[in-house]
Amino acid sequence: MKEFRVLSPTGIVGYGFPEESFLRGVAQNPDLIACDAGSTDPGPYYLGSGIPFTNATAVKRDMAIMLRAACQLNIPLVIGSAGGSGADVHLAREVDIVRQIAREEGLSFKLAVISAEFDKDVLVEQLKAGNIEKLGPAPVVTEEDIRVSTHIVAQMGIEPIMKALDDGAQVIICGRCYDPAAFAAPAIRLGYDKALSLHMGKILECAAICATPGSGSDCIMGYLNEDHFCVEPLAPERKCTPTSVSAHTLYEKSNPYILPGPGGHLDLSDCVFTAESDRRVRVSGSKFVPEAVPSVKLEGCRQAGCRTISICGNRDPIFIGQVDNILENLKKRTAENLSADFDYELDFIVYGKNGVMGALEPSGQITSHEIGIVIDAVADTQEHASAVCSVARSTLLHYGYPGRIATAGNLAFPFSPSDIKVGPIYVFSVYALLRSQDPASLFARTYELVGRDTP
Amino acid sequence: MKYVLKDIANVIRSKNAGPYELTLDVLLRDDEMFTKLQQADIINKNTIARLYRIPAEDVLSIVYFPNARAIKATIVRPLPSGAMGERDVYGAQQHAPLVNFEFEL
Repeated sequence: MKEFRVLSPTGIVGYGFPEESFLRGVAQNPDLIACDAGSTDPGPYYLGSGIPFTNATAVKRDMAIMLRAACQLNIPLVIGSAGGSGADVHLAREVDIVRQIAREEGLSFKLAVISAEFDKDVLVEQLKAGNIEKLGPAPVVTEEDIRVSTHIVAQMGIEPIMKALDDGAQVIICGRCYDPAAFAAPAIRLGYDKALSLHMGKILECAAICATPGSGSDCIMGYLNEDHFCVEPLAPERKCTPTSVSAHTLYEKSNPYILPGPGGHLDLSDCVFTAESDRRVRVSGSKFVPEAVPSVKLEGCRQAGCRTISICGNRDPIFIGQVDNILENLKKRTAENLSADFDYELDFIVYGKNGVMGALEPSGQITSHEIGIVIDAVADTQEHASAVCSVARSTLLHYGYPGRIATAGNLAFPFSPSDIKVGPIYVFSVYALLRSQDPASLFARTYELVGRDTP
Repeated sequence: MKYVLKDIANVIRSKNAGPYELTLDVLLRDDEMFTKLQQADIINKNTIARLYRIPAEDVLSIVYFPNARAIKATIVRPLPSGAMGERDVYGAQQHAPLVNFEFEL
């Protein structure tokens, strides 16, 4: 079996990579360029609002370099989780960028666009049919959760990507996608071992993070063979060691031996990581354990109102000594002063006390000479959120606490205006598994000949 | 002998494992200490529950991973990433209680 080489330029399309590293990879004649673009890490806002968390100019720069090389080498380019969250609106921006680059550079290829977004009626049917399952500590999904979500996507596995390749696509832009699938699908389609392909994809999707020094925005190459694979970073100053590569398996995962994904889990209990050279690591022994009925992970978000915040500080030891009481009373005073006929939530984040860890903070004492306070107001409309923030802020500014001697004002505001309208905010509303005997059928594919009909 | 975790570890970190879980990684400097810690069961569900002041059932798993000399603990996030009142969307600054964790060996 010929070695299958995969070039992974960067951790997320739009995070950038050194062109020099990339060209070093191109010189090794890769069989595939693949890149992931997604994560739920930046929180619910981006899926909920449909706004990508990557910048269009930065995405275009990365995409142009990858497209040029894929066309020149006549190899596939697969992009997973377009626009970060992988809903149709994110996908559309990425596809627009691809068309724009092709037009500007005179490139032509068959493009596949694979949607990962779900119609709500279809999902409600799936829920009623008992095909949606609770996942870990996330709440059980209800019909209401589905109906109120702005976008619901599923992480596609390898199947839709393999079908797009069967249909002759060279460039494949996927909606929400299991990170390793973009790297593994082309190899599995050619008969390479599923477990090794997925495990290699799992390492490559974060680019050179598994190297030392690690980087999520520098290139790495994967070399897949019949019974093992190797990884090696493309920048000469980085190297992969058995420890750096095996340690990467821990990252953002709850268990380093068992990695669940669409259709089953990778079992890495018997994996062996050995040094092939002082900068290349060889991996073998990965296993894939399929599920009886394949599953894909659903992710959905809904709007949770609008937010207005105010950032301020305090440097008074008498105030700091009673800050808990003051803020507790302030909630009551704000309610009295506002007489709101709408629901709202008011929260104070106190930096210097437990602003970072909240309920998990083991140290309850303030040892700092100053504290930072973020007044966080959320209500059904922006106007209402701003009203809550405004009343809380002015009440706190002049609040007369016991023993107060600084009678001109309790807060230092770094900015004017003091209150910041954050706009609509979102929360995760659907996080669950969807079971399907035919996972490829869940993800609609469309094709387009890019650049061939332009004069 | 008394040890402080930061003195024997190369990496102590926290990160989201999805929006509903938080995972804590401790990567030790040498194999000998890793084996000692594992044999003495120094970091277990109760240790993590005590350090983070959460019920032991909210500690979902503790895994010792010799390949990377790593101990991994996964806990339920008190609030999902991005929820009202939540403090750390990426979950990347929840490691501190482990840094100065002291134990006898």
